[in-house]
Amino acid sequence: MFFEVLQMILQPNVLFAILIAEFFGVFIGAMPGLTATMATALLVPFTYFMDPLTGISMIIAMAAVAIFAGDIPAVLLKIPGTPASAAQTLDAYVLGRTKPVSTLYTDLTCSVIGGIVGSLILIFTSPVLAEFAVNFSSVEYFWLTLWGLSMAVVISAEKPIKGVLGVIIGFLIATIGIEPVYGYVRFTFGRVELLGGISFIPAMIGLFAVPELLRQISRPYERYEVQLLKSKKPYEMALTALSKFKTTITRSALIGTLIGALPGAGADIAAWTSYGVTKRLSKKPEELGKGSLEGVVAATSANNAAISGAWIPLLVFGIPGDSITAIALGALMAHGLRPGPMLFQRHGTLITAIFAVFILANLLMLLVGYISIKLSSNMLRIPRNILVPLIALFCVIGSYAVNNSLFDVWSMFVLGILGYFMERLGIPIPSVVLAIILGPMVEFNFITTLMKSDLNPLIFVSRPISIALAVLALFTWILPFIRTRKNYRR
Amino acid sequence: MVFSSGISKSMSILIIVLLIVVVAGGLYYYTSVSAPPQYPSKPITFIVSWSAGGGTDRTARMLAALLENMSGWKVVVENKVGGGGTIGHLAMATAPPDGYTVGIITFELSTFEWMGLANVSYKNFKPVILYNKDPAAVIVRADAPWKDIIELTNYIKENPGKLKASGTAKGGVWDIGRIGWLKNAGVNPGALPWVPSTGAAPCLQELVAGGIDICTCSLPEAGPLIEAGKVKGLAVMADERNPAFPDVPTLKEKGINWSFGTWRGVAVPKDTPDSIVKILHDNIRKVINSSQWKEFMDKNGFGMAYLPSDEFAKFLEKDYRDVGELLKAAGYI
Repeated sequence: MFFEVLQMILQPNVLFAILIAEFFGVFIGAMPGLTATMATALLVPFTYFMDPLTGISMIIAMAAVAIFAGDIPAVLLKIPGTPASAAQTLDAYVLGRTKPVSTLYTDLTCSVIGGIVGSLILIFTSPVLAEFAVNFSSVEYFWLTLWGLSMAVVISAEKPIKGVLGVIIGFLIATIGIEPVYGYVRFTFGRVELLGGISFIPAMIGLFAVPELLRQISRPYERYEVQLLKSKKPYEMALTALSKFKTTITRSALIGTLIGALPGAGADIAAWTSYGVTKRLSKKPEELGKGSLEGVVAATSANNAAISGAWIPLLVFGIPGDSITAIALGALMAHGLRPGPMLFQRHGTLITAIFAVFILANLLMLLVGYISIKLSSNMLRIPRNILVPLIALFCVIGSYAVNNSLFDVWSMFVLGILGYFMERLGIPIPSVVLAIILGPMVEFNFITTLMKSDLNPLIFVSRPISIALAVLALFTWILPFIRTRKNYRR
Repeated sequence: MVFSSGISKSMSILIIVLLIVVVAGGLYYYTSVSAPPQYPSKPITFIVSWSAGGGTDRTARMLAALLENMSGWKVVVENKVGGGGTIGHLAMATAPPDGYTVGIITFELSTFEWMGLANVSYKNFKPVILYNKDPAAVIVRADAPWKDIIELTNYIKENPGKLKASGTAKGGVWDIGRIGWLKNAGVNPGALPWVPSTGAAPCLQELVAGGIDICTCSLPEAGPLIEAGKVKGLAVMADERNPAFPDVPTLKEKGINWSFGTWRGVAVPKDTPDSIVKILHDNIRKVINSSQWKEFMDKNGFGMAYLPSDEFAKFLEKDYRDVGELLKAAGYI
């Protein structure tokens, strides 16, 4: 098994694909405004035409590096490259004004450590969880998916009402097409192309890439000019961080993995949470926000750990932990790999190989990250009037390539415009996407469960695990009320 | 003439003769390449009705790659996805019948007309070759109390509605397998209600978790769970036992005359010349006899099968009729 897996991941085409994906990730992550989620949406259509391992390796490698690369403009320009780097931007920029290269090396080191810790947790917990999840029937899945949806409302929006709106819009989008239980056709307006529903990947490209393109167009043109100051001992800061903030790094990586694994919360929330915890526990909390190395370390270890952690619920339950894994779910399904405990039974070797890729991709990030730091000032200088049309082109090609359908290109544009206005109204797009995925699962599991019990609703609380999950889901619903009460008392 | 002064009369005659030879030769060459024996003289397109990366797509791409290797043809695979497979099958049926657009047809073709999804069936095609068949099976939990399929069938008959089965959507391939099994055993199909599922994997999961009692998917799909000792196969709905699962008897051995399953094959539009069908058949036959093909099919759990054009045609007709009868028997249409 071990050698077989090594052989699989050390094939030249897999290694080459990982490297290509990492450089693509650096490029997108470092560009302010272009996010790792968007990069995933643009990359996924191309993975359809590769073998499963190569395609999935590219997604894993790309996302990990893009999250690190988001730190580059945070340090150099005080603009986070992706939302996941926002938590540390203030500290990183202050540190970077005098020692940009050292700060970036520290970022890179902590990102790699965070990524590897997250990957190890993924590798050791998910097979155990999968063994446990074998006992889940549609009753448990109903509560689990309902809980995931509730998390999407509670976590991702400032106001829960906007999360609710997002979830409802996601439901509506997911309702289109042949309904899977009775084969009833809904909202297709007689269009054959809509029978199978809105194609998922074009929808993702529309929701995550097009709004950003529209925003880039509407923003005044600015060039990013940066000079990389040479540092004397560029590795010193990273070594200091490693020896001085061992506990912070470990704690942040653990928090990051956990937050990443929660449905609805991704790398950005992981970074903020870890930063907040560190501020509370730090010996010098007043320094955070004013160039504290500890703050940088906390946020940057957590966001990369979250990227790996998000794969735990995806692989074990088919419930994505963040927007990136939501898109990865589409890629897995396209390869006939339906996540869930059965995946571990049927494709054990492939899963092990994917685990190995997590470690490999994070290690390769040291090399790719090093090169990208050297090239960062040139990379940021790439003019936007070339970049934006290029991405628009990728959006169209990607949407078309998935099913060779022009209709998909139009749905991409329509959802893109919808996404732009939703963002302006503060409706969280990750909630919409999670509802597109989980909505049909909640519905399907609800109806088939009732069919099994001949319409007796007591079946929903008939098994011990289902009761526990029901309590969890319903508790999530009262969470926002507890939070507002607390804020009020303050 | 301007240039006649420089060229002698015999020379100009020679040029004219040469011109005639070249034109005639060219014409002859042109007519000979357009004649059927030279097929294929340009790339062939395989149409697949399902997404890239799925089972049908992977078999089609392997077939295309091996045809390129072994016959030196250029084959392009194109996915025309949507409408539950109708869009692709319609595109295959309405393509020009010149052998350059070749369809990879699947089991769902037998259902479209009955379910009212699209006006396309085996009648629109000339079958070339059948290359894959995965028979349905009756799969239960390893600790289930029934010794064999007869005991289970009797139990269902005596306790209607008590057990639940699953495997696909309503009216999907494994559902029709269930209806045919019960009907041919003299049991009302309603005695074993169907719980829809989005595929074999979630259905097997439900089976192991105790949510349902019977799964009628294929044996290779349940293979890893059979090996792990979590489920067992009571019978397979095929004419012969599956060599990879020699302990699982066929329904026919147990006196229930019924075999059914999903399949994949190659077909061209109805008006395609027989000579082209023969060339396609012979070359694809060579591919599916190759060791690379066998290794690929084994590794991915697809059942190997072979039917030549004429037998495939009979098979399609029977499949279409069976599906219609059973959908009516179950009250779906």
